Amino acid sequence: MRFLFKTDYNQDIRIAKHSGYYWSYGLLLLIVVAAPYFLEGYYIGQMTQLFIIAMAGVGLMLLAGYTGLVSLGHAAFFGIGAYTEAVLTSNGVPLPFMEEPVIFPFVISMPLAAIFAALAGVVIGIPVLRLTGIYLAIATFAFALIIEEILSRWESVTNGYTGLLVESLYIGDTELTDGAPFYFLCLGLLVLVILMSINLLRSPTGRAMMAIRDSEVSAQSMGVNLARVKTTAFALSAGITGLAGALFAHKLGFLSPESFTVFQSLELLVLVVVGGIGSLHGAIFGAMFVLALPQGLAILKDYLPTAIAETPGMEPFIFGFILVLVIIFEPYGIYGRWLKIKHYFQMFPVYKKATFKRQKAYMKSERLK
Amino acid sequence: MSFFKAENLAINFGGVKAVDGVNFEIKKGECFTIIGPNGAGKTTIFNLISRIYDSTEGTMTFDGQDITKVPPHAIASLGIARTFQNIELFEHASVLQNLLVGRHCHSRTNLFSELAFTPSMRKAEIAHREKVEEVIDFLDLQHYRESLITNLPYGVRKVVELGRALCTEPKLILLDEPSSGLNVEETQDMSFWIDDIKKDLGITVLMVEHDMGLVSEVSDQVLVLNYGRMLAFGSPQDVQNDPEVIKAYLGE
Ligand SMILES: Nc1ncnc2c1ncn2[C@@H]1O[C@H](COP(=O)(O)OP(=O)(O)O)[C@@H](O)[C@H]1O
Ligand SMILES: [Mg+2]
Repeated sequence: MRFLFKTDYNQDIRIAKHSGYYWSYGLLLLIVVAAPYFLEGYYIGQMTQLFIIAMAGVGLMLLAGYTGLVSLGHAAFFGIGAYTEAVLTSNGVPLPFMEEPVIFPFVISMPLAAIFAALAGVVIGIPVLRLTGIYLAIATFAFALIIEEILSRWESVTNGYTGLLVESLYIGDTELTDGAPFYFLCLGLLVLVILMSINLLRSPTGRAMMAIRDSEVSAQSMGVNLARVKTTAFALSAGITGLAGALFAHKLGFLSPESFTVFQSLELLVLVVVGGIGSLHGAIFGAMFVLALPQGLAILKDYLPTAIAETPGMEPFIFGFILVLVIIFEPYGIYGRWLKIKHYFQMFPVYKKATFKRQKAYMKSERLK
Repeated sequence: MSFFKAENLAINFGGVKAVDGVNFEIKKGECFTIIGPNGAGKTTIFNLISRIYDSTEGTMTFDGQDITKVPPHAIASLGIARTFQNIELFEHASVLQNLLVGRHCHSRTNLFSELAFTPSMRKAEIAHREKVEEVIDFLDLQHYRESLITNLPYGVRKVVELGRALCTEPKLILLDEPSSGLNVEETQDMSFWIDDIKKDLGITVLMVEHDMGLVSEVSDQVLVLNYGRMLAFGSPQDVQNDPEVIKAYLGE
């Protein structure tokens, strides 16, 4: 058991709350930095994919987990980021006074991909400002369908269902978009995104987001401009997911609208909920989960009777089923479970189950608006 | 000149006239209480002042400014803070975070310095924290700083909500039934705090309250409301002895 003695307000602001943080996160960082030197190519690729999905998850977490706005259309922002990156770095963009289409370097194209996705976030964010809950989910869902349709129909740019080849990127002679270099690029950007999210969450806007999630009326009475903060949350969330999309474009090497469907949106939502709603750790745990599940299922299939194993729609079904189980039995997801296990060992042998029993929620009889 | 003034204030919900032509004036530094049977329209008046509802008729002026059309998120920075009858705290955040949201109207947010958490950002955060600590000391909330609201008992939540309102450094504070759901000792504490808020912090108090003991202890003026209309007005003693008021409470 660790007791913290606080002597400075900075202690509550600091990211590392006590020296234990340096050890545990330092060790984690050491492991992920050293990993490419030990892992085989396939596993490096898997880890890279994990970083990308986790980044998209952090994006959705800010919106769904921290602002309480559930989006069922985040694959759209993922797709916008991916296509923007592909067009800017591979097709090139015809600009005035240029004979050839201009190919952008990734240090410009990736921020642009994030910005385009963020703008799309604002475009969808503003009209749905007044919607919450299921209505918001439906509106974002519809938006994602529209984007999917645009990706498949706007053939002059996206090449429709024929697909779009994404060129590899090079720095000098080394290929940036494969193996260890790409691993480090994705890791670095993920760490950057997480640090910025932590910063946001310890700042007024981050707190305003949580305030909106828990009570819009009182947030407003405390001076929170609902429209502004919600739009900001949408833009940031979409921008981060768009950046993840840009990386994903290189991971795939080939884009087609089928990579950005409703199932992807659902997968991101499962990531957020199963990982642990309202925590950045949750986004990472959730990413591990959505990445591992299909592979676990593939292994499991070998042991199941053919009739069950070959049933179409098995994967979405399992996804949905686990989603329901988590919502019922562990509302704070894998991260919530992790906290309990950690607590158990810290308190051993005097762990009390009641520590995590939630108090009876007080009835709210008067709902405004 | 009056500090807060409501003139001919009215609002309809469908056919229901929840508030129907109410006039009152609050002087700076006093405690003004609205009482009345359930459904009289007391909370609705609070919601009108905090601009959650648009009034159908009438005007409100506060500190020399017309606030009838001010957007709801601008009310806090004008100096009006409130609590809610059924406690509207940020449930999944800590007490500290709740109180810091109370500082929101005083923070100039710039997304980029927030994302980078610049040194000036850190300085501003610490300044807000110092203000919050003053409120924590004032309300004896030291033990609860890190607690999540979901884990707090009802009585403490009431105090946290009061604290959050104080963190905005209001000139006028609206308290909707501050003692409801509290036990005798907690009510006594609340009464002392309201008195301190008025006398030591110099904040004008507008309160809705049922506990007549508390009302007589802290109020300077009492307005009695029934079916959205003003029934009586005066000192706590006067209204308690008013035959009309007794009739409204006991029923005809
Ligand atoms: N948002 C609303 N929509 C419809 N009717 C409302 C609304 N808010 C309050 N009312 C009605 O206005 C009347 C006054 O309510 P309220 O101000 O909450 O009373 P109280 O004096 O008990 O606080 C009640 O009849 C209530 O049903
Ligand atoms: Mg009421």
